[in-house]
Amino acid sequence: MRVVYLDNNATSAVAPEVFEAMKPYLTEEYGNPSSMHTFGGKIRKNIDSARASVASLLGANDINEIIFTSCGTESDNTAIIGTLRSYPDKKHVITTKVEHPAVLSLCKYLETQGYRITYLDVNSDGLLDLNELKSAIDYDTALISIMHANNETGVLFPIEEIAEIARLRGVVYHTDAVQSVGKINLDMKKIPVDLLSLSGHKLHAPKGVAALYVRKGTRFSPFLIGGHQEQGRRGGTENVASIVGLGTACELARKNIIEENARVKNLRDKLENGILEKISNVRVNGDKEKRLPNTTNIGFEFIEGESILLKLDEKGIAASSGSACTSGSLMPSHVLRAMGIPFTFIQGSIRFSLSRYNREEDIDYTLEHLPSIIKLLRSISPYGK
Amino acid sequence: MWDYTDKVKEFFKNPRNVGEIENPDAVGEVGSIICGDALKLTLRIDKKTEKIIDAKFKTFGCASAIASSSALTEIIKGMTLADASKVTNQDIADYLGGLPEEKMHCSVMGMEALEAAIANYRGAPIKKEMVGEEKIICKCFSVTDQKIIRAIKENNLKTVDEVTHYTKAGGGCGKCKPEIQKLLNEFWEKEETKVIAHKEEPRKKKLTNLERISLIKETMEREIRPQLKADGGDVELVDVDRNKVYVKFLGVCLGCPSAGVTLKELVEAKLREFIDSEIEVEEVKG
Repeated sequence: MRVVYLDNNATSAVAPEVFEAMKPYLTEEYGNPSSMHTFGGKIRKNIDSARASVASLLGANDINEIIFTSCGTESDNTAIIGTLRSYPDKKHVITTKVEHPAVLSLCKYLETQGYRITYLDVNSDGLLDLNELKSAIDYDTALISIMHANNETGVLFPIEEIAEIARLRGVVYHTDAVQSVGKINLDMKKIPVDLLSLSGHKLHAPKGVAALYVRKGTRFSPFLIGGHQEQGRRGGTENVASIVGLGTACELARKNIIEENARVKNLRDKLENGILEKISNVRVNGDKEKRLPNTTNIGFEFIEGESILLKLDEKGIAASSGSACTSGSLMPSHVLRAMGIPFTFIQGSIRFSLSRYNREEDIDYTLEHLPSIIKLLRSISPYGK
Repeated sequence: MWDYTDKVKEFFKNPRNVGEIENPDAVGEVGSIICGDALKLTLRIDKKTEKIIDAKFKTFGCASAIASSSALTEIIKGMTLADASKVTNQDIADYLGGLPEEKMHCSVMGMEALEAAIANYRGAPIKKEMVGEEKIICKCFSVTDQKIIRAIKENNLKTVDEVTHYTKAGGGCGKCKPEIQKLLNEFWEKEETKVIAHKEEPRKKKLTNLERISLIKETMEREIRPQLKADGGDVELVDVDRNKVYVKFLGVCLGCPSAGVTLKELVEAKLREFIDSEIEVEEVKG
């Protein structure tokens, strides 16, 4: 059956070039880069060239500002726990209500460990009020952790301004940029964030590899304590093949980022506008301007997200939803609730997230089938018109 | 991804009896869009025989909610009201070859709509109204104590998680979980006494002082402190003197107006449940 994959914020296809680059390290080049012998030791330079690609995509000053980790969650945990360990006297963290669980659940846990957490609100477009951030900072604040792009809505927070505020007040700033790296330009020379998380599988590298950017001069304490790998900042034998894959993916992203911002954005806009045109009682959730080029989150009133997803699935279309039935709990998306979106729209919210592998036919196919799916489910719903 | 049976998938794909009967003889409405699922059931009933001639549904909800509603209409068509009133949520789930545990509330919704419709036929309003003695336990999903107790009884539920799967209660902010636990405790204690009343009161093994104290400590660690900690409170054991247990509240329990209730209904109840029905708990202040 035809597969139209519109769930790239969940995970993305491994680029063929990435797979090819990885192959030798899953077959004949199996050495351990920490070994003294040539067979293993020579692999060190491949890890460092991957490190250089990641650094280059981020515009980092020094390749050693990049630490490889196993996933976005590990990068986030490392940044947060590492910073708090480095400032043992400070017990306050500022974050937002719409972070990914990798940050939010950790903050909830920290609350049980004697930390005070400020969760900043967002408005109905999903945007922050930076005055609230400024007034939340106090003598006890160890860290600000505010994401770059929201995974559900694609809404972008102004990390440059946030980083400036943090720098002026002398507070460490971490941003979870897992959704934005590779999709929009990020230049660490211009944006003074201290710590930044990115994840391989969101930008066409495999799952199981990620990175944390640590600006030179940032206090840091390792999260995984073990061997001397990653200059003693992350113990554990390197996931060589995947790290090489991440390097290649970052190189590709750097070359493709302009296309991502033009062609992918056009496809996203075509999908969004098509839906708004063809289907009544729908709304776009989140600010339409300050947003990733690949994401749209749309609420279909009077029907429930899981039903929509399963009907799309019958047609081979993959997307995701913020409804209660799909969130793994009984409450719908914490992001859409924080935005104060009416429940009639939240329960029927669908996220479509594209990538450079989507073609115009994918959008046409989706626009061909979606209206009848919505119509059918509304005919079953007691609230339907 | 939910693990639905082929029958659930089939009933979602091709739902039977979608729609609304014009000028129906009975209507039952349950749920709301905020809660995540809602069902409107309309029936055509033969006045003489009280047989359900036709049943139609409209459902807002996930695949299992739509499948459960559709299954319900298939089950009850042709039944007399007397027989239909015996249909349980388990019957609906069984008809579909089972539902994932977390989705059992969909079958409960079907049963409730049917009850509401039958009551409506007998003269009650379309939407079930709360009876005076009912109390809302779960504010997120407006679930009453009566509904929880009934689900416990009919489905033999033992844990708070199970209650959440069947009724949604406790699935939102989670603040009512201690109250659900209390309802479970009360229900099962009553059941136990019913069973025990028929038998000789089993003699409990006599404990040494040391055994008794460590059992009290263990029970507090396992049964009591986690519940209080979840709400930002805590309790510590100060002393034990035969049947008297002295404890001290900590955290938000300190000065909490319902600390007295917690003392009796949680701390004392648990210690009585696990150790000795004679135990009395007293709070030590300061």
